[in-house]
Amino acid sequence: MITELGHFALILALFVAIIQSTIPLIGAARRHIGWMAVGRSCALIGFGLTALAMLSLMHAYVTSDFTVVNVIQNSHTDKPLLYKITGVWGNHEGSMLLWVFMLSLCAAAVALFSNNLPPALRARVLAVQGMIAVGFLLFILLTSNPFLRTFPPAPNGQGLNPVLQDPGLAFHPPFLYLGYVGFSVAFAFAVAALIEGRVDAAWARWVRPWTLASWCALTIGIAMGSWWAYYTLGWGGWWFWDPVENASFMPWLVGTALIHSSIVVEKRDTLKSWTILLAIITFSLSLVGTFLVRSGVLTSVHAFATDPERGMFILLLLVTAIGGSLTLYAVRAPSLQGGGLFAPISREGSLVLNNLLLSCGCATVFIGTLYPLFLDAMGGPKLSVGFPFFNRSFVPMMVPMIVAAGVGPMLAWKRGDLLGALQRLWVAYIATALVLLVTFYLTYGGPVMAVLGLGLATWLFTAVLTELADRVRLFRIPLADSWRRAVNLPRASYGMSVAHLGLAVSVAGFAASPFAREAIEILKPGGSIHIAGYEITLEHVDRLPGPNYVADDATIRVTSGGSLVTVMHPERRYFQLQNQTTGETAIRTNLLADLYVALGDADTKGDWTVRVYWKPLVPWIWLGGVIMAFGGMVSLSDRRWRVGVAARAARRSQQAVPAAGE
Amino acid sequence: MKRIIYLLPLALFFVLVGYFLISLRPGHDTHELPSAMLEKPAPSFELADLGDDNRLALTGLKGHPVIVNFFASWCVPCRIEHPLLMRLSQQDHLPLYGIAYKDKPDDAARLLATYGNPFRQVGLDQDGRVGLDFGVYGVPETYVIDANGIIRKRFVGPLTAEAVERDLMPLLKQLEPSS
Amino acid sequence: MRKFVLCLVLLLGALPAGGVEPKERLADPALEARARTISGELRCLVCQNESIDESGADLAHDIRILVRERLTAGDTDAQTIQAVVNRYGAFVLLKPPVEPATYVLWFGPPALVLLGLAATGMWLHRRQAAPTDTAPLSPDESRRLAGLLRDNEG
Repeated sequence: MITELGHFALILALFVAIIQSTIPLIGAARRHIGWMAVGRSCALIGFGLTALAMLSLMHAYVTSDFTVVNVIQNSHTDKPLLYKITGVWGNHEGSMLLWVFMLSLCAAAVALFSNNLPPALRARVLAVQGMIAVGFLLFILLTSNPFLRTFPPAPNGQGLNPVLQDPGLAFHPPFLYLGYVGFSVAFAFAVAALIEGRVDAAWARWVRPWTLASWCALTIGIAMGSWWAYYTLGWGGWWFWDPVENASFMPWLVGTALIHSSIVVEKRDTLKSWTILLAIITFSLSLVGTFLVRSGVLTSVHAFATDPERGMFILLLLVTAIGGSLTLYAVRAPSLQGGGLFAPISREGSLVLNNLLLSCGCATVFIGTLYPLFLDAMGGPKLSVGFPFFNRSFVPMMVPMIVAAGVGPMLAWKRGDLLGALQRLWVAYIATALVLLVTFYLTYGGPVMAVLGLGLATWLFTAVLTELADRVRLFRIPLADSWRRAVNLPRASYGMSVAHLGLAVSVAGFAASPFAREAIEILKPGGSIHIAGYEITLEHVDRLPGPNYVADDATIRVTSGGSLVTVMHPERRYFQLQNQTTGETAIRTNLLADLYVALGDADTKGDWTVRVYWKPLVPWIWLGGVIMAFGGMVSLSDRRWRVGVAARAARRSQQAVPAAGE
Repeated sequence: MKRIIYLLPLALFFVLVGYFLISLRPGHDTHELPSAMLEKPAPSFELADLGDDNRLALTGLKGHPVIVNFFASWCVPCRIEHPLLMRLSQQDHLPLYGIAYKDKPDDAARLLATYGNPFRQVGLDQDGRVGLDFGVYGVPETYVIDANGIIRKRFVGPLTAEAVERDLMPLLKQLEPSS
Repeated sequence: MRKFVLCLVLLLGALPAGGVEPKERLADPALEARARTISGELRCLVCQNESIDESGADLAHDIRILVRERLTAGDTDAQTIQAVVNRYGAFVLLKPPVEPATYVLWFGPPALVLLGLAATGMWLHRRQAAPTDTAPLSPDESRRLAGLLRDNEG
């Protein structure tokens, strides 16, 4: 009964979305306030209906309703409650429902927090979001319905893939999807602006908070996915350039470019058509990613059970959404001409460089990800494009960008003084040189690239701090005055600094990975391994029952210089239902380095393979991601983006250009 | 000229869609790897036979085209193609040879006893070495080797009636007259 | 159905605690180091973008053994890699070879950066030059000016 309610709610949501995508658009064209207002109610009702659908599917999972095909295929009565709930999106149908739920959440947020928007713009934005919702609701209802019933009911379910039975499933997909789908708001704003034929500073201010929020969610989602891979895989890898990872990384790269270019639109009233294009491409890449993962055209470790028919449907959606918006772009964008001028050496100039490198970086990831598909389609040889390609092509583009990120914020708007900026960065040179020398000396004969990477991270970190100090004129005016300046600095500027610091922290984490050490030995109980000053002793391995698995749980003592550091418990879990074994690693971190222990196979004599890794700075990779997202949120809290301010700015800009586009 | 630049994203997108369409065309599996061993001599092997003291060797198979099927009792998809293999051997009298890949002899024997034995001879590749030489990356895989010992075709995954009709039968017909 | 089954086969390969096993290791540290480097650049076919050095799959284990056998027999690194490519094709190379089929892959990205730099430079230059230009307009410039004016109107 509740399942039917959910199914019905989803069908109803489709009709609501159809209204949302048409009536407000007509209203906006005819300047009919009542019709325009329909979009808002539709978005809110649509959110309620999709939430209802989501909840009823959850209900079916939690109560183990084995008349629902989706529950049979992905659940089991013995499964812990957490995985009954998160298992809802651990499969194709359920994850699509989560996708649509996030989409309706974004539309509802736009409806609620857009009192400051001109009604026509709001109506158009909501209508575009309605169109996207129509497409995906149709997709779910026609090809991937999670509410299908079967009779007679199955005695029990087939369970969830053990790899997915991890707390990571509770957070990683929702954040990732919130990020992907959140960019639909920027997309909708871009399309609405193209329809209206007007992009100005006010528009840039309206889009900015939405872009920032989605970017934060996507950053967290990607970092969590990487961390999940790290602690699950048993050897501590955290990024594989797998198509699915790349599918989330590409929107992140372009989204990052978008955040930066929209600043130029706001400040200088130029780079408009480029920014609109970025907004379209960011969400388009989210859509393309969805297609790649679910159509089966690319192989990936994360792939859902795929189906070419679904692939065709999503492709149709892509052609409608991306093709439609790019056609509109081709028609309308040429008339969006920028006004403000700036010298190549200026803050704007550095943002343009950032955009250039990020876009080329994204294009590189795109080419690398899809090249096997291109070759295959042309009847060429079957090739793999793995980490060596990305290390050689993508990384060299990011290095100048990170170097420039240290200098750019020091440059003045419009016309900057590069030499002056470089002179003011002397602290950063000294710090970088020191770190380079010390790490080179300490790791002499080791990987030079890693040393250079640490130098790069130091450069960015100290340059960001120098810029902050410069802003508050630290040590050049009395400290109390510096403090007053610091308090009055806009949040957006702190947000930028924090995000750049986060990037520096992550870069240090990436760079240090070649310094990792490993020791893989077969140990008898009582045997030990020495690594990085630790003595790791396998005490005993016990067989422990879990809720739906049996675990071999190792007790491992870690001592350093004779004193106990910690006791670790890596496990191997055998899931009888799926006849599958998973590993549960044990990690001890002091935030400077991880000690990572995984339990391997037992041999016939009862000796165990134990893998121990010492990974310096690796936690910084995700710490940096969290700091970046935090920076985004700090920026988001800036007064300038708040309700009312943008409306005032809009009124100003409308007064300034009374006739534009109206 | 300026307008053309604004058309570029759309044009590139449609090129991309073209590629996607080609990849989605029916009957095309982007995951399928063509064997690197195609049109090359099959790696020579000599394996202990399941059941009797004869040995299954490549040299013994030369002279007429044969079908070599890598299977295992632990392999779930192998059960799916098993009835088809039985039909091919009993109705079409195809020269099927089996190689039990990384399987215990007892388990392999039990599988064949339960579901029937479609093979003229079964070799035991317990350490997977022969499979490695053939470039097997997952069972089941099925190879067609011609009279001169050249690998002519590989099927990855369970054989389907469709693949047999479309690819296997015509190939065998083409190979047969030469022997 | 067939797709689903294939997924199953691949999943069986997805074992935990992946990577090189102590028993596989060669006694000679120099040889073992070479083996590790080579394995790091060979793709595990059943686990996608993981290398055989990192993968717990059975097939990865077999290929690691093969690599070590070849090295012990005195093969060079290139010969060893070729032995694996002979069996599984160029697909196993995580680093695709530089050949005509991959020119776009390898040279496309740097070309893009150069193209982007040139285009941005031209764009900036044009915008800079236009308003400060006080000399009489050349035919080319007046055409450009007309273009700019037209654009501004739109």
